[in-house]
Amino acid sequence: MEWIIEGDRPIWLQLYEQLTLRIIAGIYPMGGRIPPVRELAAEAGVNPNTMQRALAYLEDQGLATSNRTAGRLVTEDRELLDAIRLQLAKERIQAYLQGMKVLGYTEEEAKALLLKEE
Amino acid sequence: MEDNLIVCTDLSKRFGVQKALDCVNLTIGRGRIVGLLGPNGSGKTTWIKLLCGLLQPTGGSVTIDGEAPGVHTKSVISYLPDRMYFADWMVAGDLLDYFEDFYKDFDRQRAEKMCEALGIRAKDRIKSMSKGTKEKLQLVVVMSRQAQLYLLDEPIAGVDPAARDYILGTILTNYNPQGTVVISTHLIADVEKILDEVVFLKEGQIVCHDAVDHLREATGKSVDALFREIFRTAPYGGDFTGGENTWEG
Repeated sequence: MEWIIEGDRPIWLQLYEQLTLRIIAGIYPMGGRIPPVRELAAEAGVNPNTMQRALAYLEDQGLATSNRTAGRLVTEDRELLDAIRLQLAKERIQAYLQGMKVLGYTEEEAKALLLKEE
Repeated sequence: MEDNLIVCTDLSKRFGVQKALDCVNLTIGRGRIVGLLGPNGSGKTTWIKLLCGLLQPTGGSVTIDGEAPGVHTKSVISYLPDRMYFADWMVAGDLLDYFEDFYKDFDRQRAEKMCEALGIRAKDRIKSMSKGTKEKLQLVVVMSRQAQLYLLDEPIAGVDPAARDYILGTILTNYNPQGTVVISTHLIADVEKILDEVVFLKEGQIVCHDAVDHLREATGKSVDALFREIFRTAPYGGDFTGGENTWEG
């Protein structure tokens, strides 16, 4: 998965979202180790302090825990991960419906079209 | 150890009647990556040269690591000038020897690794290198020091976008974590991601000094967009009637 930093929103927030996505996608599996700050920062081409802030927020949200010996680990709270996954899915569905509305489809037509899609 | 690495107090520099820097008050901490941004002629290079002790201020003062520019500050500053100053009869290996002799914090092994990654061989003559390769080599030797302050004057202006990414990556992975990096440039979109804070200079004065993410949150704009807004010049529209012509005055 590529790191994408765009536009005008705070960089740390975008990094947080993409870290979350990586956890949901299983790139950093439950209970697994998240790479160290400097490594992640170099990979994403961002300032280490910015990456640090994103990781701190990840911990605030309960998605990761700091461990003195093992580094930073992904949470093992399956319920929390499922809830976030559902939340992200809903956002994508809303974006789809919004996009279809711009093209002139009603919500019903948009849903029907989606069901017909292979 | 002083908490603030760089402290400028009413720092001014005049060249004749031209004010290159006008009462700059600025404090920069340790472990930061700072963008020094401003259009051409806004005083970026002058400020960097004052820090290096290459220019003497006409007013105010500057301290680095608690001391005025001198023997101590020169030992903790690694400076990348805006133009090449090496003798061009040298080969790349000579340059590494030269730096090894000069600076006790120079990490030769690291420099050699970086040269290898960039396809620069020890026997390559500086004279026959392209402009971009010369700039890369210069950056390699500057970043191979374990300095407290790296002053990089336009490190990416002359190289292609792929090399730009490599150079920014090099800066990110090689700087001393307790050290501060100051990057002067006007290619903001390219460096924005790696900066902690930015300093906007305009006609020798600081118009903005803030953290990048704080600026993005407060203004809802990228630093690049903000820069374009602050420094916008209306294009000349061919209106000959309005305004006075100061050119001939």
